[in-house]
Amino acid sequence: MIPIALTVNGVRHEAEVEPRTLLVDFLRDDLGLTGTKIGCDTSLCGACTIHLDGLAVKSCTVLAVQADGSEITTIEGLAREGELHPLQQAFWERHALQCGFCTPGMIMTGVELLGTNGEGLTDAEIRRGLEGNLCRCTGYQHIVEAVHAAAVR
Amino acid sequence: MTTQVEEQTTTSIVGARMKRVEDPRMITGAAKYLDDLKLPGMAYGAVLRSPYAHARIKGIDTQKAAAHPGVIGVYTGKDFEHLNPLPCAWQASGADNFVATPRALEIDRVTFTGAGVAAVVAETRAAAEDALSLIEVDWEPLEVVVDPERAVEEGAPQLHEAAERNIVMDWECGDPSATDKALGEAEVVVEQRLVNQRLLPTPIEPRGAAAQYEPSSGEYTVWMTSQAPHVMRLLMTAFVFGIPETKMRCISPQVGGGFGTKIFLYPEYVLVAALAAKTGRPVKWMESRSENYAATTHGRDHVTYLKVGAKRDGTITALKAKTYANLGGILSTIAPGIPTTLYGRMLSGAYRIPNIHCQVLGVYTNTGMVDAYRGAGRPEATYVVERAVDLVARELDLDPVEVRRRNFIPPDAFPYDPVGILAGLEYDSGDYEKALTRALEMVGYDDFRKEQAAAREEGRYLGIGFSTYVEICGVAPSAWIGTGGQGWGAGLWESANVRVHLTGKVVVTTGSQSHGQGHETTVAQVVASELGVPVEDVTVELGDTLGTPFGYGTYGSRSAAVGVVAVYNALQRIKAKARRLAAHMLEVDVDDVEFEGGRAFVKGSPATAKTIQEIAAAAAVGYDLPPGEEPFLDDTSYYDPPNCTFPFGTHVAVVEVEPETGEVKLKRYVAVDDVGKVINPLIVDGQVQGGIVQGVAQALWEGAVYDENGQLLTSSLMEYAVPKADVFPQIELDRTETPTDVNPLGVKGAGETGTIASTAAVVNAVVDALAPLGIRHVDMPLTPERVWRAMREARS
Repeated sequence: MIPIALTVNGVRHEAEVEPRTLLVDFLRDDLGLTGTKIGCDTSLCGACTIHLDGLAVKSCTVLAVQADGSEITTIEGLAREGELHPLQQAFWERHALQCGFCTPGMIMTGVELLGTNGEGLTDAEIRRGLEGNLCRCTGYQHIVEAVHAAAVR
Repeated sequence: MTTQVEEQTTTSIVGARMKRVEDPRMITGAAKYLDDLKLPGMAYGAVLRSPYAHARIKGIDTQKAAAHPGVIGVYTGKDFEHLNPLPCAWQASGADNFVATPRALEIDRVTFTGAGVAAVVAETRAAAEDALSLIEVDWEPLEVVVDPERAVEEGAPQLHEAAERNIVMDWECGDPSATDKALGEAEVVVEQRLVNQRLLPTPIEPRGAAAQYEPSSGEYTVWMTSQAPHVMRLLMTAFVFGIPETKMRCISPQVGGGFGTKIFLYPEYVLVAALAAKTGRPVKWMESRSENYAATTHGRDHVTYLKVGAKRDGTITALKAKTYANLGGILSTIAPGIPTTLYGRMLSGAYRIPNIHCQVLGVYTNTGMVDAYRGAGRPEATYVVERAVDLVARELDLDPVEVRRRNFIPPDAFPYDPVGILAGLEYDSGDYEKALTRALEMVGYDDFRKEQAAAREEGRYLGIGFSTYVEICGVAPSAWIGTGGQGWGAGLWESANVRVHLTGKVVVTTGSQSHGQGHETTVAQVVASELGVPVEDVTVELGDTLGTPFGYGTYGSRSAAVGVVAVYNALQRIKAKARRLAAHMLEVDVDDVEFEGGRAFVKGSPATAKTIQEIAAAAAVGYDLPPGEEPFLDDTSYYDPPNCTFPFGTHVAVVEVEPETGEVKLKRYVAVDDVGKVINPLIVDGQVQGGIVQGVAQALWEGAVYDENGQLLTSSLMEYAVPKADVFPQIELDRTETPTDVNPLGVKGAGETGTIASTAAVVNAVVDALAPLGIRHVDMPLTPERVWRAMREARS
């Protein structure tokens, strides 16, 4: 077992983990943050996307030990003091989710995308920016609209 | 006391683009899906799956695995011999089925790669998975067949003793001799072999189950990723475990997409319940994506030999289809019903075709189970019919739009009986021309043909494709699907209970089960509209057999046209009772009381009124009720519709094919759907867009591939091409609304139109683009390689 210490959604955690434990399993099973989802075993679906030191990463492709000392934000930490992040709000208003399973990862990727040059994003740039996240329900159109809508907020 | 209330304009709630009431929990990560469940003392299950497509199990040694640290127990099929095989609940009508279905774990033999043969229960998921690799199976590999046409030949390996030539069923509809005669007399006959390839449905949440067993009462609680928890309970208790329904509670938590795959009873659900009883621990099992691809049901997989006869003016006189439906190595819950009732019976499409015959051979092969996948039979039927129309148009050098118009069932011909192939049902209503005209206007058809001609001059391949589909939704009439002989072993009504609590808050429970469709919002809109209560005052509970009335669940776009109508009917009786109570409270005759906008008032004197909240309170306290009236506003409806509904529309795809690489670019997509009355346009838009993308993906990219040994080569998302966001243009949508009198809400169903219509539209567009090369058909998926090969062959 390896000791690690990291900050998740503003709360510091210290734990001992097996070297092989994936970050996504640590977040879900050890910290009980089950908002982050697992949809594949090949780092393709993006349902497990979180922010690690400010970057959107697939937490199924990071070992928990690699996250030692990092700052992590998960979907549960996105709303601040009960107020939804503009992209969460836009997902709701634009019907950018159906079953909701890809939604946490999709929103975390979308938030990073908005951070770079939100208002200037074209449809094509948004679609390219989301290509690491699969959605099987929506056909992506409302998701693209939601990213646009959040950009102008 | 008489209360004056402001006039409320609540009727517009039905039809409003309301954002969904269920979303806040999903956008914040609070929604609880199956794998988010953690029970005290929970252990974890893992399943060892067959690496062979066809093999005998000569022995299984579990000793090493059992000794692995953290392992609680290791089990094989023999441990569950006392449990019956899973039932097949929809055997095709008129066919002499031989049914081979899965067991919790297979005992002697496997017929596809991925079949479960042993299970480990351990303290952690990792320990369970580690121990799987320590189980030693003595396999005797057997000869394999994966191609359904080859499987029915003499000398092919036999998968199941009693299924001669591997035929599950030999089913037909229509008139074979009249159809042959019409084909013989036709001015032109077009023939084509069409492959509707196997698909991997891929809900982003895989399947899972968790169970606990209470020995003192003998009761199981089973959580599962299910679209139909009541049906799961019935099948597991009555058919597999042989215990009363009352000894099991099935719960669907939040479900992360299903697309049909989560309708069925799977071996692992039975296994997990049995493991919980055996180990005395709550047990959870969650499949990985590769298990999902190997062991969850697949969709489509038809090979069809099509013959169409027509007059020179494009009038279609006969359609004949012989279809091989690959059902896999063993039958899933409703597998035989999909390529028969939901496919063959829809082969008239939107057209008046005087002679139709369809023969379907359901075939066992050494591949994964095939069952309903979004659209379930109707995408396959639409593909055959819409390709048939285009093939006729090409043969006669006619505009495919004109051929469609010439053959459309006209608006005054409804209700329409497609020459008996629907076995007693009739298309309810339709105005196919109207939807087509609107779609042509949106896409700018005349201009497109000019643009196409100009592009061809430059050596560019632009194409346009149409799909003027009709489908069957709200699948029900129990008297048709059950007793009428479609082979479905049960009814297909739906249930709802509505209770108006003392404070006027409304709780609806329903047998429908959402897995992304937005049931909570749609139902709340209907309740708010009927009772005049705010949407926030409505709670919709579903997915738990404890506390909801028996229902058949959500699939076949039936939740609005069957499930929500049950809610509506219960609401009508609640309103009638509210009127009676209000009359008593207002001391007037009940015939003088109307209910509208959340209040019961005296006709001609709208100020003399009681609100629904006041009436609910009076009904709940119950100390001053009219004679003979029971307390509480509470009603349950079991609604069985008189007919299915038949949504329709026109989808148009515009593509450009890259002449050098064969790459297909989808440039525009226009869809005009008629799904009857729309309760929430925002939700319907989402359903249609999502379906279109799935259907386009079948046309262009997706396809499950088995090699000749029965190994699934597309075994993960690395190999299976689920589309990403960057390959689509913005889809352009519109709707027409043709009334239907099948149900009082006038709704038809919108969940599957996208996958039903779009695949054919895209293939028609690509073939249209390639017309200058003389290409008249390319089988899906139209990957660059396939198209490039077709172009190369045509050019040489």
